Amino acid sequence: MSPPLEHDYIGLSELHCTAAAAASVGIGGGGAEDGVLNLKDTELRLGLPGSQPAERKDEVGLTLGLLPKVFVSGAKRGFSDTIDGAGKWGLAAGGGGSEVEGGKGGALFSPRGENGGGGLLPGHGNAGKDVVAKAAGQERKAAAQAGNSAGSDRGVAPAAKAQVVGWPPIRSYRKNTMATNPSKNKEDADGKQGLGCLYVKVSMDGAPYLRKVDLKTYNNYNDFSVALEKMFSGFTIGQCGSHGIPSRDGLSESRLMDFLSGSEYVLTYEDKDGDWMLVGDVPWEMFIDSCRRLRIMKGSDAIGLAPRAMEKCKNRN
Amino acid sequence: MVRGFGGAAAFPDEVWELVFSFLAADADRNAVALVCRGWHRIERRSRRRVFVGNCYAVAPAAAVRRFPEVRAAAIKGKPHFADFNLVPTDWGGGAEAWVEAMAGGWPHLEELRLKRMVVSDDCLELIARSFKNFGVLSLVSCDGFSTAGLAAIAANCRNLRELDLHENEVEDNCLNWISHFPESFTSLVSLNIACLEGDMNTSVLECLISRCPNLKTLRLNHAMPLEKLVSLLQRAPQLVDLGTSKFSADHHPELLSKVESTFAGFKHLKSLSGIWEAGPAYLPAIYSVCESLTSLNLYYATIQSPELLKLVSECKNLQRLWVMDLIEDNGLIAVASSCKLLQELRVFPSDPYGVAPPISLTEHGLVAISAGCLMLHSVLYFCRQMTNAALLTIANNRPNLTCFRLCIIDPHTPDYISQEPLDAGFSAIVESCKDLRRLSLSGLLTDRVFKSIGASANRLEMLSVAFAGDSDVGLHYILSGCKNLRKLEIRDCPFGDKALLDNTSKLETMRSLWMSSCSVTLGACRQLAQKMPRLNVEVIDERRGRPLESWPDDFPIEKLYIYRTVAGPRSDTPPCVWTV
Repeated sequence: MSPPLEHDYIGLSELHCTAAAAASVGIGGGGAEDGVLNLKDTELRLGLPGSQPAERKDEVGLTLGLLPKVFVSGAKRGFSDTIDGAGKWGLAAGGGGSEVEGGKGGALFSPRGENGGGGLLPGHGNAGKDVVAKAAGQERKAAAQAGNSAGSDRGVAPAAKAQVVGWPPIRSYRKNTMATNPSKNKEDADGKQGLGCLYVKVSMDGAPYLRKVDLKTYNNYNDFSVALEKMFSGFTIGQCGSHGIPSRDGLSESRLMDFLSGSEYVLTYEDKDGDWMLVGDVPWEMFIDSCRRLRIMKGSDAIGLAPRAMEKCKNRN
Repeated sequence: MVRGFGGAAAFPDEVWELVFSFLAADADRNAVALVCRGWHRIERRSRRRVFVGNCYAVAPAAAVRRFPEVRAAAIKGKPHFADFNLVPTDWGGGAEAWVEAMAGGWPHLEELRLKRMVVSDDCLELIARSFKNFGVLSLVSCDGFSTAGLAAIAANCRNLRELDLHENEVEDNCLNWISHFPESFTSLVSLNIACLEGDMNTSVLECLISRCPNLKTLRLNHAMPLEKLVSLLQRAPQLVDLGTSKFSADHHPELLSKVESTFAGFKHLKSLSGIWEAGPAYLPAIYSVCESLTSLNLYYATIQSPELLKLVSECKNLQRLWVMDLIEDNGLIAVASSCKLLQELRVFPSDPYGVAPPISLTEHGLVAISAGCLMLHSVLYFCRQMTNAALLTIANNRPNLTCFRLCIIDPHTPDYISQEPLDAGFSAIVESCKDLRRLSLSGLLTDRVFKSIGASANRLEMLSVAFAGDSDVGLHYILSGCKNLRKLEIRDCPFGDKALLDNTSKLETMRSLWMSSCSVTLGACRQLAQKMPRLNVEVIDERRGRPLESWPDDFPIEKLYIYRTVAGPRSDTPPCVWTV
């Protein structure tokens, strides 16, 4: 039987080679290789995602069926079922579904922000026999479930999305309040489909109108603070007087906290639980996952919320 | 004017007008207008309602000129796939041209309904100032306006009865827009502000509600806390349609009993929605109204299967149910045995991108509903697996289906038991359900299913196709069959030039055709546009900057939108859209 063809809508051709090669090796490889890999997979490892030794990448590439350690044996079974067309979709759709999808997640990866809509499926004459190409939502699932396994080994950030634009056909407007998927909720709530867009409102006390920023366009707090500064410095220019006006074009080192503590403002955000938090405590990725909207509030309003910020204000003043 | 024997002169105009007033359908009135000049004249002067399915199909000035006495207008803008972000945000659908024309030509306009259009605050202000007797404003899936525009409506429309804002993107810059309703304003019958994001001033809202005794529909946004909601609702026990705000709070026995008594006070409530984030603590308070409910929308209620089951089992008179797939097969089986009057079911995915553990909602739930709910005619169902056998059973159980939209979440999913494409199942649906008007396909499908659809789906008006088919033949089957097809939207299918060019005249019988990520080339579009001058062939391409004229004929088209029009090419195309 010829190796099944992996089709996907992102059109990442290198994956096709990998997948095809992987699939043929995976099927042929069978027991022995599987056993060896099993051991490696069940090895307990400590460390953050993406910190796995390099050779694991090759192993992952060799066997498409390789999955996060907990799922390996089950997944291999599930996957070879789909290849044989033996119709174990019942398993796949239920508990096993995650396993099969996870397997694909190991092989499929996609850069963030990729527009998936361009893919065009070549003829499906051999319908039913091909491995079903999954919408790359599976990639997210694998990444989320796999944690420090295959998906992450590929260097995929946990929050990476590779979904087909506009599929499934759900109104992106809808606020989905399901807590299981906070960043997706964020995108839904802001009406964006989530391919590299994460618009949140930024309000500033005393400003006549709000702004919206796309958190995805920044990589860290520094970039973000520079951008916010540019956006809002027009409103605080008065208050900044005595401490020196933070330069809009000059100081590349200027940080939001400096800017704000010089101007008695504090940057806060509302997270997915509805709580108002101080910006800067959590890693950037975690912040953009949970941030729903931002508010630049007057230091005097931030009593109880940001004792550190208050200290700074007091010290400066 | 020449008066023919037995023609319009047989009776005075007023008599004909009365006769025509019994014709509700626009198609019938259009037919009447073609009989003779006299009838054309009488009909156009007496037409009170106008529906424009595609805002670019006719010039606003022409519509206003032809029907000078219109009191109610409904206009739609963007293609349906704009709901799923497939249409560029600057594509068009602006309402200014229409509002300006209407402001000039229809001063007595009372009702305006816009769907998927870009409505600016200036538009809203113009509406507010231009129509003295304005009563109904309905904006569905629109964007471009803010609460400042709503303030203008509130301040100036003295006789406003309905303000229906459904799923719009509204900028929140005027937090107190509700307070712009004057103290003397008492005519409100329906208020739907569920899509607004900001906090509402509860006391102002309470005041408004108290002085509007005819208020029947109230749909709030999620922002209002439960205790404020309760005190508000106590002012309006006459409500027929309620959309609550957040339905969760810390557990307080006092609040719970207040909620219970408020709901017990609703003697006329038929429709319930909202119920955001409902927790098990407060949900039981709703039970007292369940018996009388005919419509229940639990889309935002993140409640799990056991509570859902209990809730819907109480709703014996339910006709419409919108729910998340958290209801699971068990829940749907319970619905099938409790809700015998169910006509419309929509099941949405709680986790469409597949991060959480899978839900046990399968084809069995839908089969059970089809067996137990004899009046079921409209289905929207998101699930992850399907079989031909299940579809066949559904088709046999419910030949009265008029709307069948099945979305199997992963594209190209075959019958999970036989691994076959789902051709046989969908064919059974179209062959059995002779009155089917709307169909959405999903799963693994070959050209065979299109053959059945083309041959059997004689009443089909709207067809949505995604990730299906093998070749051009599939599209050809549809365009050469489906006598009543009005709207066709296709994405990610291997359909190309040949089918389009072989069926050009069909396209003029349809309202519109959308094709994205298919295999159409620019050359075919050019040929089509040349052959059919009364079609606008819009090529949408966000990738390149060069103008269309410089591209070769074999250039693959990213997105294509074709619609019939008597207004010629539109003048407001953005940079990413070319009318070929």
